[in-house]
Amino acid sequence: MGKSIALIVNGKRKKVKAHAASRVLDVLRETLKLTGTKEGCGEGECGACSVILNGEVVNSCLILFGQLNDGDDITTIEGIGGKKKLHPLQEYFLECGASQCGICTPGMIMAAYALLKKNPRPTHDEIRQAVAGNLCRCTGYAKIIEAIERCATSNVKI
Amino acid sequence: MRYFKCENLIEALGLLADPDTRFPLLAGGTDLIVQWRMGGRMPEGVIDIGALEEIRLIIQRENVIEIGAAVTHSMLIESNIVRRYCPVLVDACRTVGAVQIQNRGTIGGNIVNASPAGDTPPVLMAFDAKVELANLSGRRHVPLREFYLSYRKTALKPDELLTRIIIPKHGPDEKAGFYKIGTRKAQAISKVALCVRAKIAGGAVNDIAIALGSVAPTAVRAPKTEAFLKGKKLDSFAVDEAKRTLAAEIAPIDDIRSTADYRRFVAENLLARYLEKASDAF
Repeated sequence: MGKSIALIVNGKRKKVKAHAASRVLDVLRETLKLTGTKEGCGEGECGACSVILNGEVVNSCLILFGQLNDGDDITTIEGIGGKKKLHPLQEYFLECGASQCGICTPGMIMAAYALLKKNPRPTHDEIRQAVAGNLCRCTGYAKIIEAIERCATSNVKI
Repeated sequence: MRYFKCENLIEALGLLADPDTRFPLLAGGTDLIVQWRMGGRMPEGVIDIGALEEIRLIIQRENVIEIGAAVTHSMLIESNIVRRYCPVLVDACRTVGAVQIQNRGTIGGNIVNASPAGDTPPVLMAFDAKVELANLSGRRHVPLREFYLSYRKTALKPDELLTRIIIPKHGPDEKAGFYKIGTRKAQAISKVALCVRAKIAGGAVNDIAIALGSVAPTAVRAPKTEAFLKGKKLDSFAVDEAKRTLAAEIAPIDDIRSTADYRRFVAENLLARYLEKASDAF
C-alpha cells in the first residue's frame, strides 16, 4: 500500500509513490536513488540529511512522506550541482578544504544554499547561525564558514 | 499505517471524536518522529494537521494576538506582530533546535509535547497566554499555567485538539527578558530557561511575572518570588532575597543534562541578571 504524491524533485515533475510512514530521507535515497543526501543521526541533531523543501532547509529524516503535499518542491544536493558542473558553493568548499570525510558536506551545502538564496550577503554570524544545525566532526568549521563567506562575497549567482 | 491527511479542522476533530480513528496528531513531526523511531514503533495511524491553513495564522486583535497551533517557529521569528507584541517569543523560537527544526516544528507541538524543557512555554506563561482546546462540541480556553498537570501530562482531553494560543498584549511600559542556558547555543535542550515580564518604574517593581523551564516537572511560574518582588525597590538586598526565594520555590532534578544544584544556581543568577538590567533600563 503506497501513496502517490506529485512532487517537483530537483526541478523535474515526478509522481512519487511510497508508504506514507516512510521518511522523506529514505524515499529520496531508496526510491529515487538520490544518495547524495546522507543519514547521520536520524534524529534531527546533525543536519546531514538537509534538503530544501519549498525554499526552506529541513531535515529529511524528520519528515514522513505522507506529510508532503502535491506540488511540493524538493531540492537535494544533486539538484544544485554535479560531476559535469559544480555549484559555486561546491567549488568554494573544495578550494577552502571545507570537506574532509564528506558525510556532512551535502547537508552543509544545502543549509548554506538556503541561506544565500534568502540572504545573498550574510554576515559572519548569520552564516554561523545558518549552519548551526549541521554538525561536522572533521573540519572544526572554520574552513566551512570561510567557504560560504567567500562564495557569498564572490558575487556569483546562487 | 493509516494516514489521515486532514483538509480542515472539522475533519480532524471528527477523527478524534471516534475512538477507532483517535490516532496521534502530527504537525511538524520534529519531536514525534524521533519519539516513534526511538521507541521502535510507528503508531497504527496518524492524523496530519500540519497543512491546515486555519491553524497556520497569526492574527492581531484589539487586546490579544492569536497564534495558530500549526504556526512554525520560523513563521513566529519572521512575524511582525510577534516581534512587536512578544519579542521574547522570537528570542525563544530562535533557540529551538536550529533552522531546520524551526522551519518544521510548530508552537502547538512545542506546547503539547509537554516537555519541562520546552522553549516557548516559559515565555507564554510569563505573558499569561491561554490555549484554545477544541473538540466537535465546542472550544474552551485554558490558561497555560493550568494546562500542565504533571510531568508530560496536560489538560487536553482525548478528543481535543490545541487550535490556538492567545497572548494578551502587554503595554510598552512592560519589559521582558528570555534566557536559556544549554550546552551550546544551537541544538541544545535547556538546562534552565527563564522568562520575566515586569513593569518597573523608578527602580521599583509594580508588576512581575516569572516563568521557568527545566526546573520542575513542567514549565512553571514562580508565584512566591513574584509576590516577594511586587512593590519592592530593586536594591541588592531585594535581589538577593528574590534569588533565595526562587531557589526555594523551584524543584529541579539531577538528570543527563545537568544537576539540581547547578540549575538552582543558574536560575537565581538569570533572575538577578534580568533584575539588574531592568532596574537600570526603566
